[in-house]
Amino acid sequence: MQTLLASLRITAATMLVCVVGYVAIIRGTAQLLVPESANGSLLTDAAGTTVGSRLIAQSFERPSYFWPRPSACGYNAAGAAGSNKSPTSDDLTQRASTTVGRFGASADRPLPADLAAASGGGLDPHITLEAVRYQVTRVAAARTVSEKSVNDIIDRLAFSPGGPFTPDRLINVLELNLALDAELPSNSIDYRTPSAASAQ
Amino acid sequence: MSWPLGRYMKWAMDPVSDDREGRSRAGRLFERVAGRLGREQLDWKRYVIAVLGFNAVMFVVCFAILALQQRLPLNPDGLGAIEGSLIFNTVASFTSNTNLQHYSGEATMSYLSQLAALMWLQFVSAATGIAALTALARGLAGRAKMGNFFIDVQRATFFVLLPLALSVGTLFALGGVPMTLEGAAHVTTLEGAEQIIARGPVAAFVAIKQVGTNGGGFFGPNCTHPFENPTFWTNAIAMVAILLIPMASVWMFGRIIRRPRHAAIVFVVMLGFLFVKIAGAVWFEQSPTQAFANLPIEQSSGNLEGKELRLGATTGPLWAVLTTSTSNGSVGAMHDSLSPMTGLFPMVGMWLNATFGGVGVGMINMFIYIILAVFIAGMMVGRTPEYLNRRVEAREVKLAVLAMLAHAFFTLGGTAIFAATPWGTEALNNMGAHGFSEMLYEFSSAAANNGSGFEGLGDNTPPWNIATGVVMLLARFIPIILPLAIAGSLAAKKPTAQSTGTLGVEDGTFALILTGVIVIIGALTFFPAAALGPIVEHLQFMV
Repeated sequence: MQTLLASLRITAATMLVCVVGYVAIIRGTAQLLVPESANGSLLTDAAGTTVGSRLIAQSFERPSYFWPRPSACGYNAAGAAGSNKSPTSDDLTQRASTTVGRFGASADRPLPADLAAASGGGLDPHITLEAVRYQVTRVAAARTVSEKSVNDIIDRLAFSPGGPFTPDRLINVLELNLALDAELPSNSIDYRTPSAASAQ
Repeated sequence: MSWPLGRYMKWAMDPVSDDREGRSRAGRLFERVAGRLGREQLDWKRYVIAVLGFNAVMFVVCFAILALQQRLPLNPDGLGAIEGSLIFNTVASFTSNTNLQHYSGEATMSYLSQLAALMWLQFVSAATGIAALTALARGLAGRAKMGNFFIDVQRATFFVLLPLALSVGTLFALGGVPMTLEGAAHVTTLEGAEQIIARGPVAAFVAIKQVGTNGGGFFGPNCTHPFENPTFWTNAIAMVAILLIPMASVWMFGRIIRRPRHAAIVFVVMLGFLFVKIAGAVWFEQSPTQAFANLPIEQSSGNLEGKELRLGATTGPLWAVLTTSTSNGSVGAMHDSLSPMTGLFPMVGMWLNATFGGVGVGMINMFIYIILAVFIAGMMVGRTPEYLNRRVEAREVKLAVLAMLAHAFFTLGGTAIFAATPWGTEALNNMGAHGFSEMLYEFSSAAANNGSGFEGLGDNTPPWNIATGVVMLLARFIPIILPLAIAGSLAAKKPTAQSTGTLGVEDGTFALILTGVIVIIGALTFFPAAALGPIVEHLQFMV
């Protein structure tokens, strides 16, 4: 009985400090100092519409956009998941051959591995610099702009995630596509339907 | 970094001998919270009863919160009721500091369930482990009474876990991890599709998950999710946070028993195992994805399936070893998609479960190996085995062997039952040897209170939920009760005088004996199972 009573009192004390107090302190600090990332690093386009999160991959299928890594959860940011397939699995081979076909890869022009392999959470927002360069020709042609103008934007946005500790350079796909829309708008159309834009 | 922390933890957890003044104000407050029981010193049996009593209350409170979440506040995304066996499994999992997750956080749990139930358990279950180690060390130091659990658990929570979680959580928030109570963001993508982006109070949750070797993620894919682990730097902080308290626990243990050299020897042995596992895992993970071998894919960067680019190439195998060596169980890459032999190293980490191990309990598991090592070495040279000037006799060794066998029995017995029935075989995501590995991993993870998984396994079914739930609870409390019983029994004996014939526990010879015992008893028990899973798959596909 005394054990129960002592346990209940400690439960109340730890709940108060470690749940209410702890959450309030970290949330207060985060919302005060870094409100943008504390709310999910949301990005807006030139018109001020929220188009996604810098940290979360979204689906791109049109040729005028750069495409992200494959996602085992269909870019569902409310139910993230990886494929959980063994690297020896036949299912992976089949999925990858579809991807290879979509990018038109061949033995002369092999696909960078990050474009064939799905990420752990299915929401990896980055691709490697090689994977971006791989798609430049297609994107430039679809936008009827020069490859150099696209490459200029790429060079500006490429970064090393760990500074001196990581030699490879990465690009954030959504940021890159937003920059393309702002600086090299596709001559054809704004793909976003009016209804979808006004729904915000 | 672990050494000064160990020194601080000794001060925080066991202030009796060297810091009477500093203790008094906080100590009185803790005594008032604990009530009348707070002023007593408990022997090992009453200490165990206190541990079990408090953990039972933890279980019931959190079961109630999860079962009623649809009627409680802080549920901005309107998540519904949770299925009964899943609630049992989840609460057992978080009470036992395992954090095996058969659910996907963002799709199942309201913010109240995440914070008041799961995050709270991450604090107090870790504190239970630290308190238990403190009590064990007090017993081994020869004290008849092991202290007071109700005071210890508060000291561990407020003095050790809370300051660390606050600093790590603030760093995470500054590094880009979301920290909001608003519901999911609804956005329209550049191509006009709707995307629902789940978010929440992630920074606070992830901080204590790493610091307390809990490992339960806010989101389904754990620390591969960009919101849990947005940059290379948050990843580095997380890996340090995983190791910090398990390492410091060893130093704290050494200080309480007043044998810092002994602690140093144990630390070196643990570190040796850790390095071997890291080297092995990183080496095997350099091989490219076998499934892509015949496709036009440029694979110089190794196996990328299930990995995140921003975290760097070695994060997958490195994190996999750290998280399983320490009973943490969070993941920085999907373990199911690691190369077959890489996937073996996390399993070895869980089978040993003592080469740093969980907060507090890792050192407790190592204590079992130490007792066996002392006993075996004593038998070999024909002397009565002694540990810390107390004779190790039949009773202690029996208890130690029982603890050792329980771990193997839960892992291998559970795997065997599920491998032979449709409960197991219908849940697999990969066939053949890899499917066996999925089941073996799941039970290893439950029995080691780890919590990571080969997540392809469709484990949210009543048989899996109940079986692993029961295993987690037994595998949590048996290895806390039995070592405390051993320490209680040792403490009751008369100290023997140290002579030249006494086997030292502070030199290189002891380190070698301990290593040998861990390899032979710990690893070989599981070798046949390893041969059926990862090793077969490796031989089949990779050579």
